[in-house]
Amino acid sequence: MASGTLTTLALTAPVAVPALLAAGFALAEWRAGGPPHRGAPPGRPAPADWLGLLTPAAILAGAGRLAAEVHGTEGTFAHGRLLRADALTVWLLLTVGAVAALALAATPAHLAAERDAGRADARTGRRYHVLVQAFLAAMCLAVLAANLGVLWVAIEATTIVTAFLVGHRRTRNSVEAAWKYVVICSAGIALALLGIVLLYFAARQAGMSEALALDWPALAAHADRLDPAVTRLAIVLIVLGFGAKAGLVPLHAWLPDAHSQAPAPVSALMSGVLLAVSFTALLRCRTIADAALGPGFTRAVLLAVALLTLALAAALLLAQRDYKRMLAYSSMEHMSLIALGAAVGTPLALRASLLHIAGHGLAKTVAFCAAGRILQQEGTSRIAEVRGLLARSPALAAGFGMAVAALAGLPPFSLFASELGIVRAGFSAGLGWAVVPALVLVLVAFAGLGTRSAGMLLGDPGDRPTVRLGAAAGAPLLAGLAACAALGLAAGPLDGLLSDAAAVLTGS
Amino acid sequence: MTEALYTQLLDLACGAFLLAAVVVLWLRELTVVVRVLAVQGVALAAIPLLIGWYEDEAALLGISAGLALLRGGLLPYLLNRALTGPRDSEHRETRPLVNVAASLLTAALLTLLAYAVTRPLVALEATPATRALPVGFAVVLIGFFVLVTRRRAPSQVVGFLLLDNGITAIAFLAASGVPVIVELGVSFDVLLAVLVLHILTTRMRAAFGGTDLDELRELHD
Repeated sequence: MASGTLTTLALTAPVAVPALLAAGFALAEWRAGGPPHRGAPPGRPAPADWLGLLTPAAILAGAGRLAAEVHGTEGTFAHGRLLRADALTVWLLLTVGAVAALALAATPAHLAAERDAGRADARTGRRYHVLVQAFLAAMCLAVLAANLGVLWVAIEATTIVTAFLVGHRRTRNSVEAAWKYVVICSAGIALALLGIVLLYFAARQAGMSEALALDWPALAAHADRLDPAVTRLAIVLIVLGFGAKAGLVPLHAWLPDAHSQAPAPVSALMSGVLLAVSFTALLRCRTIADAALGPGFTRAVLLAVALLTLALAAALLLAQRDYKRMLAYSSMEHMSLIALGAAVGTPLALRASLLHIAGHGLAKTVAFCAAGRILQQEGTSRIAEVRGLLARSPALAAGFGMAVAALAGLPPFSLFASELGIVRAGFSAGLGWAVVPALVLVLVAFAGLGTRSAGMLLGDPGDRPTVRLGAAAGAPLLAGLAACAALGLAAGPLDGLLSDAAAVLTGS
Repeated sequence: MTEALYTQLLDLACGAFLLAAVVVLWLRELTVVVRVLAVQGVALAAIPLLIGWYEDEAALLGISAGLALLRGGLLPYLLNRALTGPRDSEHRETRPLVNVAASLLTAALLTLLAYAVTRPLVALEATPATRALPVGFAVVLIGFFVLVTRRRAPSQVVGFLLLDNGITAIAFLAASGVPVIVELGVSFDVLLAVLVLHILTTRMRAAFGGTDLDELRELHD
C-alpha cells in the first residue's frame, strides 16, 4: 500500500507541484495588485525567483522513483487510467527535469538583469513565473498522460500558456511572433486532433470500449485490429499536427520567430524539451500505426519530413544574421535528426534518437541561456554587431562556444555519440541513401553554425567594455555543459532505462 | 424517432453546417460573418442532440447544450468584441487574397476532395451519421482555406473556429463524440486559444495600428 501511494505521488508531483506554484504566484500577483514596485535591489535576484526550482526537484524526484518502478513492467498507472509511466515517460521526465532545472536556475539572474534594464518589474516577474510554471505543468501532463486525447489537450495548453511568454515585450516583433505562434501551432495541432479522432473511430469499430479506445497501452496492444485505410489517414494527420509543434515541415514557420522572441530561459524550455515532448507524442501514435500498417508507411512519411526539415534548416543556418534565430534553426536541424532516427525505427536507432533528445535539450538550454545573456549585455541579437566576446567576457563566451560545439556534434558531448548512433543504425537498416544526404546537410549546418559563432567570439573587441559573468548566471551554463559531456562519456547507469524506453516504442 | 426522420434531420443539420461555412467565404462584413458562425455553432450542437435522441443517450443531450452555449454563444460573442476597432475598414475583409467567386469555386472543389478522402471511413461503417462525415471534412478544409487566404486578424480566428467546428462534427458523426473528459479539455483549449488571440489582436492594434496581417513582416530571414 505504502509503495502504491508513493508511486501515485511520483506520478502526480511533476504535474501538481508546478500547477500549485503557478496558482501561488497568481495569488501573490492578485494580492499585490496596486502599482508595481521593484522587487529586489539592483543587480540582485529576488528571493522569490528561486522558488521555481521546486518544480524540477519534484520532476526529478518523481522520475527517480518511477525509474525503479517501471523496469520490466508494462507501466504503472495513477488516478484510474489518467496518468501513466513507462520507461519512455521516465526518460522524458528526466530530460524535462534536467532542462527545467537549468532554465529555472538561470531565471533569477535573467530577471534581475531585465529589472535593472527597466524592461521588467516585480509584477511582470510574477506573471512570468505563473506562465512558466503553468507551462511546465502542461508539459509534464503531456509526458504522463495515458490517454491520447488528454495528451493532445496538454500539448495545446502549452501553446496557449507560452503565447504570452513569446509576446511578453509587446513590441511589433513580439506581437508578430506570438500571433504566428498561436495561429500556426493551434491550427497545425488541430490536425493532430483530427487524426486522434480518426484513430478513436477506428478503435471503436475494432470493438474497443469508449474508455479504452484512446488509452495508449490498450490501443498499442490491439492496434493490429484497426482498419488500415482509416489508420493511414490518421497517422498522416498526426505527423503533420504534432510535427507542427515539433518544428518539422511543413508547419514550422512559427519556430524561429517564437524561439527568438521568447525570454532566454523560456526559449530554452521550448526548444530543449517542448519540441521533443510533441515529437514523442507523434512516436507513440506511430507505434500504433505501425502495428496496423506495417513499418513501411510511417517510415516513408517520417523520412520525407526529416530530410526536408534538415535541408531547410541547413540552408537557413548558412545565411543567418541573428544568433537567437540561428539557435532556433539549429533546433530544427536536431529535431530532423531525431525524426531520421525514428524513421529508421530499429531499437538501436530509437535509442540514439532518445539520447539525442536529452543531449540536445541540455546543450540547447546552455546555448539559449548564454545567448540571452549576450543579448542583455550587447543589446543586439545581430551576429554582425557582436565581436570579440572571448576577450571581453571570457566565461560567457566560453559557455556559448562550448554549447555551440556540442550542438555541432563535437565530442565529448553526447550529441556526437547519438548522431553517430543514428547514422550507424541508418546504414545497417539499409537506409544509406537517406543517411548520406542527411550527413552532407549536417556538415552544411555545422559550417553555418561554426562560422557565425566564431565571428561573434573572436575578432577585435575594440573599445567595448569588459563584462563579468556572475556566479548565478554562470553556474547553470557550467552544469549543463558538464551534464551533456557526462552523458556522452558514460551513459552507464542510464543504459538500461534507454533500452527499455526504445523497447516501448518498438512495441516489444 | 423513426430512422427516416432521424436521417432527414441529421442531413438537414449537416447541410446547414456546411452551408454556413460556404456563406462565411461569400461574406466580407466581419460582423455578419460572426453571426453566421454562431448559426453554424447551433447547427453543430444539433448533431449530438439528434444522435443522442435517436440512440437514447442522455449524456449527448447535455454535451449538445454545452456546445450550443460555447460555439453558438460565447465564442461568437468574444469574436464580436474583438471587432470593435477604431476604424470602419477594420470591420471588412477588404482584400482577401482570393476573390469571392474563386473562393466559392474552391469550396466546391474542397467538398469534392472531402468526399474522396472520407471514402474509407464511410466504407468501414455505413450509418446515416458516417455518411454525413464528408461534411465535417469539407468544413475543416474550408477552415484551412480561410486561414491562409484572409488578411485580417479576426478573419483568421474565424478560420480557426471553422476548422475546430469541423473536427468536432467529425468526432460526433464518426463515433458519437470523444470521451467527455477529452471533449471538455478540447473545448477549454479552444476557448482559451480564442481569448489569447483576442488579446493579441488588441496588442496588434496598439503596435501596428490595425489588424492587417500583411503588416506582420518584421520577422523574416
